[in-house]
Amino acid sequence: MKPDNSDNILRIETGSGQTVLHYRGRLDATSVAAVWEESTRAVTGSGGVSVDAKGVDYLDGAGAGLMIQLKLLAAKAKIGFSIAGLDPRFERLVESVDADLVGQSAVFDRDRRGFIEQIGQFVGDWAEEGKSLITYVGECAGMFAWACKHPRKARWRDVGLSSIHVGVNSMPILLLIGFLIGLIMSFQSAVSLQRFAAEIFVPNMLGLVMFREMGALVTAILLAARSGSAFAAEIGTMKVNEEVDALVSMGLSPMRFLVLPKVLATMLMVPIMTMFFNFASLLGGAVVMLSLGFPLATFTSRVFMNTKVMDFTGGMLKVMVFSLLISGIGCLRGLQTRSGAGAVGVSTTRAVVSGLILIAVADGLFAVAFFFLGI
Amino acid sequence: MKMSSAPSTKPAISVRNLTCAYGDDLVIDDISFDVNHGEIFIILGGSGCGKSTVLKHLIGQYAPRAGQILFGDRDIVTSWGRQRDEIMRGFGVMYQGGALFGSMSLLSNVSLPLEEFTDLPSEAISTIARMKLAQVGLGHAVHHMPAAISGGMVKRAAIARAMALDPSILFLDEPSAGLDPITSAELDELIRRLSRDLGITFVIVSHELASIFAIADRVIMLDKRVKKIVAQGDPKELRDSSDQPFVRQFFHRQAQADAENTGRENE
Repeated sequence: MKPDNSDNILRIETGSGQTVLHYRGRLDATSVAAVWEESTRAVTGSGGVSVDAKGVDYLDGAGAGLMIQLKLLAAKAKIGFSIAGLDPRFERLVESVDADLVGQSAVFDRDRRGFIEQIGQFVGDWAEEGKSLITYVGECAGMFAWACKHPRKARWRDVGLSSIHVGVNSMPILLLIGFLIGLIMSFQSAVSLQRFAAEIFVPNMLGLVMFREMGALVTAILLAARSGSAFAAEIGTMKVNEEVDALVSMGLSPMRFLVLPKVLATMLMVPIMTMFFNFASLLGGAVVMLSLGFPLATFTSRVFMNTKVMDFTGGMLKVMVFSLLISGIGCLRGLQTRSGAGAVGVSTTRAVVSGLILIAVADGLFAVAFFFLGI
Repeated sequence: MKMSSAPSTKPAISVRNLTCAYGDDLVIDDISFDVNHGEIFIILGGSGCGKSTVLKHLIGQYAPRAGQILFGDRDIVTSWGRQRDEIMRGFGVMYQGGALFGSMSLLSNVSLPLEEFTDLPSEAISTIARMKLAQVGLGHAVHHMPAAISGGMVKRAAIARAMALDPSILFLDEPSAGLDPITSAELDELIRRLSRDLGITFVIVSHELASIFAIADRVIMLDKRVKKIVAQGDPKELRDSSDQPFVRQFFHRQAQADAENTGRENE
């Protein structure tokens, strides 16, 4: 319920262009909420305002805030303002604040950017983003060249640890999703194809789709959701805690220490992950076909009937590129983290979103390239 | 700034037979003390003696193994529900690192308690929050984000947030820690001014000697070896006249060996 002035905390007296605000009782957050609007409205259109505070027996920050607001409004309207009868203890509280400073910062609050300025800011942000992306790609290329030149100096222990995180730890979910996707795709296709007595072609379809497209795509999406976000969160937290700054101040490259092991680990593990994913999806398909009464030998022979080596190698090539993009963008978003706890969350979200966009764009480019190359 | 017309004669806080422990690890063993209205009361002692632990028990963050913590007549240990909320509304806390919300400006940080716990209109909330920030000398920085200001400013903003609902007691956990001497002295001056002008009772955890001598009305000193209060009173008197080796050692910044030698020479 909205508070009101039912306790007569405020009585307003007007006459000969002057407004007198008589307050009594307690001026705390509850009572001030009841009389704030009435008090501030009384200042408007008045020739001068005086506050009679003889009856005030308690005033806290909210009461002091009301007095300061009245003073500011009177100054803005260029009319006189005075407070009389306020207990010296409460007077000190009101006078302890520079009202002009409160007023100045209130003016600053309304200083919003215009539409044109916002467009300029948006374009500037995108240009800055593009510049940092180009710089990052250059740094990554340099880092790989360095790693090829000095293979013994690469941090292989970190590569191993990242490989466990990216590959081994993600196996259960990867196998489960692979199995379910194979099962669902086969079942749905079989239901449709049964009308034409063509369910025998389900393994042909499953093998081709999985090896050529779905295996790489779904593995990449899982990688973006699970590992890309983890990279961004890990490096982002290090950035917030100034650990990345500490690396730089020691003359160590964050690219070599943080980015290279993660990107290498991802590129090493993702082809293996994709093969496991494809295998799990075929198992799902096999369950459906066995339940429809087809022998396992028929299923396996038909899976590989239409699948060519180039379908398999094309899928592997795609997933290698996807893994490079996802791990790279995850680390970049981590390094771009600003300060504060919320910044890590923002980086993590940006890593996943950017990763998914890059996968979609790259997959489209691969489709066009494979078409023209006849693969 | 709860300035009642007739100040209560009861202490602002009464701690009775407080015993604190983490699991089986006893940290504080049966201590009692009072904090009077309007005074600047400092809990001091060496690192690991349980200063912050006592503070966290006083603000109800941890439950003690035994004892009472009375705010007037109400015990924060046994109270719950609305009564506990009322006790907690009566004090503000500044944590060691400031604990400002990083995604909010200073103005939003200070406005938050007012928005949540009062029916004030948004214009009133904005004015009051600006006033609180101006009181701690941050009237010019109301739109700054916590990450964009210095450590001293973070602590002052945290005090402004703790003062938002006009509590009568402010608990400060190591306000001077990590600050340069000038900023630390400015913060001391702010605490003194708030105590003098607004009548706030301060309970401060600190081991910064310069700050303690500058602002404290009364101190209690904890010792981790006995897990009890080993001295209490005016800090300057304790420094100049205490006959306890640990107290002398603390106030004269002596290492253990130096203190023992001084003790033998005095004998």
